[in-house]
Amino acid sequence: MIESLFTAQVLLGILTSGIRLATPYLYAGIGETFGQRSGVLNLGVEGQMLLGAFAAFYAVRQTGNLWLGLLAAILVGGLMGLAMAFVSVTLRAKQGISGIGFFLFGLGMSDLLFQTLLGTVQTVSGFRPLAIPLLSRIPVLGPVFFNQSFLVYAAYLLVPIANYVMNHTTLGLKIRAVGENPEAADSLGVSVSRVRYFTVTLGGVFSGLAGASLSIALLNVFQQGMTSGLGFIAVALVYFGGWRVWGVLAGSLLFSMVNALQLWVQVLGLPIPSEFAVMMPYVLTIVALVVAVQRVRPPTALTKPFVREG
Amino acid sequence: MRRRGKISLSSPIIDAFLPVIATLAALLVGAVMLLALGANPIVAYTALIDGAFGSVNSLADTLVRATPLLFVGLGICIAFRGGVINIGGEGQFVAGAISGTVVALALPEGPALIVVPLSFLVGALGGAIWGGIPGVLKARFNVNEILSTVMMNQIAVQGMNFLLLGALIDPIQLERASRIPQTARISPAFSLPRLVPTRLHLGTLIAVVMAVLVYILLWRTTLGYRIRAVGLNPDASRYAGINVSRHVALSMALSGALAGLAGVIQVFGVNFRVFTDGSAAGFTGSAGFHGIVAALFGQLHPLGTIPAAFFFGGLLVGANRLQRTVQVPAALITSLNGLVVVFVVSTELWRQQRARRRAGENALQSEGAGESKTVHQGWDDASAVASRIPDRETSV
Repeated sequence: MIESLFTAQVLLGILTSGIRLATPYLYAGIGETFGQRSGVLNLGVEGQMLLGAFAAFYAVRQTGNLWLGLLAAILVGGLMGLAMAFVSVTLRAKQGISGIGFFLFGLGMSDLLFQTLLGTVQTVSGFRPLAIPLLSRIPVLGPVFFNQSFLVYAAYLLVPIANYVMNHTTLGLKIRAVGENPEAADSLGVSVSRVRYFTVTLGGVFSGLAGASLSIALLNVFQQGMTSGLGFIAVALVYFGGWRVWGVLAGSLLFSMVNALQLWVQVLGLPIPSEFAVMMPYVLTIVALVVAVQRVRPPTALTKPFVREG
Repeated sequence: MRRRGKISLSSPIIDAFLPVIATLAALLVGAVMLLALGANPIVAYTALIDGAFGSVNSLADTLVRATPLLFVGLGICIAFRGGVINIGGEGQFVAGAISGTVVALALPEGPALIVVPLSFLVGALGGAIWGGIPGVLKARFNVNEILSTVMMNQIAVQGMNFLLLGALIDPIQLERASRIPQTARISPAFSLPRLVPTRLHLGTLIAVVMAVLVYILLWRTTLGYRIRAVGLNPDASRYAGINVSRHVALSMALSGALAGLAGVIQVFGVNFRVFTDGSAAGFTGSAGFHGIVAALFGQLHPLGTIPAAFFFGGLLVGANRLQRTVQVPAALITSLNGLVVVFVVSTELWRQQRARRRAGENALQSEGAGESKTVHQGWDDASAVASRIPDRETSV
C-alpha cells in the first residue's frame, strides 16, 4: 500500500501542493527573519496571521476585490506589527511574553470578528492559478511550478529580493548591525529604534499577507484558529534557516512538502492514522530545532532591548 | 529627605497594583470594542460581573473555572521563575487528563482512597513527562522551549484525538456506532466530593493547598532556591556549583506536572471523562493559556496567583452571561486577556525604573541612618524576578 505513494502522479501531486503550501511559511518566515536579524523576537506571528487572514477574507467577501483583500491584510498586519514594535522597542517589554499576549489577542479578536461579522464558515473565490505562458507548457514540471496563483509567485519572488535587501543594501547592513551590535550601530549614527520599528512593522505586514495567502488563495475560507500553529512554525523556521533568507526557503519547502505528504497520505487512505499524519510537521519542527541549533548562532542582540548608555 | 512628598507615590504598593491597572486598561479597550460592536459597555460589564459573582451558583462556577487556571498558573510560576517559558500548558493538561483517566478506567472496582490519589499521581506524571521533554531538549540541546512547547501542544491534541477515537473510546459509543470521541465515564465512586450543593468540588481546595506548597517549595527549600537562582542568573548559578541543565529540565517538568494535575482534576471534579471536539480548547477551555495570564497577573507569586485565578475564572464564566445579554461573543475575553499580558509586561520598564529610584532613595536614607537595607523576599522580589526571566530566551 505504501508503494502507492511513489507513483509519478502522486509524487508530482505532492510537489505541486508542496510548492503551494510553502507560501504562508515563506511570507511569515521572511518577515520574522527581518525582525530577528534586527534583534526583535516577534512571537505574535500567529495572531497577526489570524487577523490578516480574517481581514483579507472579510474584505473580499464584502467587495469581491482581491486586491482590497490584500490591502486589508497588509494594513491589519502592519498595525499589529507597529503595536509589537511599540511594546518591545519603546516600552522595552519582554518579547517572549508580550508576543504570547499578541497571539492571544489575535486569536480572540479574529474569533470575535468571525462570529459577529460572518457567523458561519463561508467561502470566497480567491486568487486563481495563473498559467505563465510558455513556461507552464514545459512537460511534467511546467504545471507544477508555473500554474500557481499570484500570491504563490510573489512569495517565491520575495526570497531573492529579501536576500538582496538583507545582504547587499545599506538598509540590510543597518538591520544586521542593529541586531549584532546595537551600541556600535548607534555610535555610528544608526537609529536602533527606527530600524527595529521598520523591521517589526514589516514583519507584521508579511504575517498579515501569510494569513491572506491562506484565506484568499490556498483555502478560500476563514475559520477560527485556522492557522493551527503555522505562525509558530514560521518562527521556528527562522531558527532552522539560521537567520538566512535562503535557509528559510529551504525550511519552508521541507515543511510544506511534509504537509503535502501528510495530506496525500490521508487522500490515499494509507494505513497510517490521520492524526499521526497531521502530527508530522510538528514533530519535524522539534527535530529541526534540535538539528538547527547545533549549527548556527542567533543574532547577538536578539530579545535584548536597546538602552543608550549615559 | 528632600523628596518626602513623592515617597508615597513611589511606594511599592502601587507596583503591586500595576497588574490591576493593566487589567483596567484592557477592560477600557474592551469597552471601546463593545461600543464599536453596538453594545452598551456598562450593560455588558454589569452582566459579566453578575454572571461571575452575582449568585452562589455563579460564584461556585467561577471557583470551578478558576481551579485549572490556578494549577496551570502555579506551574507557570515555577517555570518562569526557573527562567523557562512554558507555553505548553494545553498539551500537559491533556496528557495529565488522559493518563490519570486511564488509571481510573483500569481499576473501576478499586477503593477510591487508593485509586483517586494514584490517578492524580499518574496524571501529574503524564504532565511532567509532556513538559519534561521540552525541558530536557532545552537543557541538553538548547532548543527554544517556547517553540517546542507549542509544538508539543499540537502533538498532544492529535494524540488525544487518536486515542479517543481508538483505544480509549467509550465502549458505549462503539455499541451505538455513534463514535463520539470520548472515554468511558469514570466510576462515580471516584468523583471528587462536592463542597456545597453546587458544582464546587474538592479540587478547588486542593489547588489552594497546592499554592501554599508551591510557595514553600520556591522560597523555603534548597531546590526552590536553586530553581530561582538559575532563573535569575544561570552563569552565576553555574559558578556557584548548581547543575543548571538539571534545574532547567526540572522546572519544566514540575510546571508540566501541575498542568497535568489541572487536567486530571478537571476530569475527576467536572467532566468525569476525557472528550475532544478536535481542538485542544474544546476540552481544556484554554486553561493552558489563561493560566499564564493568571500567573503574570499574580506577579509570578504562588499566593498572588490564587486571587488572580479567581478573577480570570470569573471573567471567563461571566463572559457567557455577557454573550447572552449583549450578543457579543465570549471570545472577547480571550482577546482582552491577550491585552492584559501585553500591558502587564509593558509596565515592567516603569516598575524597574521606580524600583531603581526607590533603591536610590533608600541608599540616601540609610547613609544617614548608618544601616543597610536588605531587599526582602516576597512581592518585591517577585517583580524583580519577573523582569528578568526571559532574558535567557535568546538561546534557541
